[in-house]
Amino acid sequence: MARISIRFLTLLVAAFMTLTSAASAQTVPAEGEPRAETGGAQTLEDILRRQENQKIDDSFRSEAIGNPAAAAPSTGQLGTLGGVSDAEFWRAYRYNELDELGNVKASAKGPSGDTSVTKVVIQDTGMTWLQFRRGPLKDYGGYLLLGTMAILVIFFLFRGRIRIDGEKSGKTITRFKAIERFAHWTLAGSFLLLAITALVQLFGRFFIIPLIGHEAFAPVAIGGKWIHNNVSWAFMLGLVMVTVMWVKHNIPNKLDLKWFAVGGGLFSKGVHPPAKKFNAGQKIIFWGVIFLGVSISVSGLSLLFPFELPMFAATFAHMNDLGLPKLFGMDALPTDLAPHTEMQLSQAWHAIVAFLFMALIIGHIYIGSIGMEGAFDAMGSGQVDEQWAKEHHGLWYEEVTGKPAYKDAHPAE
Amino acid sequence: MKAMFIAFVGIFVIAIAADQILHRAGFAIDEVTSAPSVRLD
Repeated sequence: MARISIRFLTLLVAAFMTLTSAASAQTVPAEGEPRAETGGAQTLEDILRRQENQKIDDSFRSEAIGNPAAAAPSTGQLGTLGGVSDAEFWRAYRYNELDELGNVKASAKGPSGDTSVTKVVIQDTGMTWLQFRRGPLKDYGGYLLLGTMAILVIFFLFRGRIRIDGEKSGKTITRFKAIERFAHWTLAGSFLLLAITALVQLFGRFFIIPLIGHEAFAPVAIGGKWIHNNVSWAFMLGLVMVTVMWVKHNIPNKLDLKWFAVGGGLFSKGVHPPAKKFNAGQKIIFWGVIFLGVSISVSGLSLLFPFELPMFAATFAHMNDLGLPKLFGMDALPTDLAPHTEMQLSQAWHAIVAFLFMALIIGHIYIGSIGMEGAFDAMGSGQVDEQWAKEHHGLWYEEVTGKPAYKDAHPAE
Repeated sequence: MKAMFIAFVGIFVIAIAADQILHRAGFAIDEVTSAPSVRLD
């Protein structure tokens, strides 16, 4: 009995000594210091600040990665395995401090050859992306589209439909050939499908699910994703076709200045600045479609083939080399991006470009339909009334017919 | 309007073709992002 009591007491003393030595290895805040009430762990205040998207000093977490040097030897009776708990190991993994632990190494290496693989396993930029998508992207994107439509409604109320000023001739000329109209409608039709499915994906959670529920929305979202992914190829085909066919007609020239000087005649009746096949307003639409279309296609391909076509690290490196961030007083942009971060940036950029593109196209649809008499015929049947051609594209009319479009002095001279 | 309707049919045909070609070329998401050790069915 006495021998058992002595053994028990020995064990008790050993356990006490182990606990006290382990406790002395940790940095437990003293009373009055931050997080003293939780023994150094996060507090309710930390959680609340994080929920409000405020920065917190997370050194209490990033520095709590164990202390193998102070651990009892693993050969000892109560020795721990390296003096690092599971929680401490994963914290070190998250903050890329594995080397600090000496004998613990990541089993895989990241793209840069170091332990940046941890950024893949535990990458917290996902929350930043999600908050951007649910917050500024949704809000400002929505305001942009609604604002554009509101401006067009006000313009329509102020100006009304832009009519053909002269008498219609009854004779028509071919404005766009069949292949041009095919290219335009391939681009336009695919764009509309892409835009609608994109808006459903982004706004569905906020506006459609409350109306029809999750079960009914799920097939809508899945179908929308299929349409968005596969219709994108027709969009890219249409983009290439219109670029090849129309780029030579959209090179800026001096006539464009005359067009801008009178606001394209959009704000006053009877004003028709001279124009060739495309006027300055149409050139803005054209180059907007080309630049936004190429940008949205490249980021879209990056999303269609996940992790295969990362583009932001290389783009940021070029921007840093050109010194662009410095121009705006910013630090150099990061060039060592985790694969998921690349995808998040691609998606964010794709969506930003998409909203600008949609705003531009809303304006284009307006002026090509209810905004101007005869405009839709140009792309519908391809035939326009000669009077319409004389008023809106007089120089092009002269080129095509060889007849004068203007009674008095040549307006282009 | 014929060109417009042909274009709309073309969009549909291209979408179906793209889906089939990519699927058969091994670009289905389950083929790209999983290994035989992952049982998806």
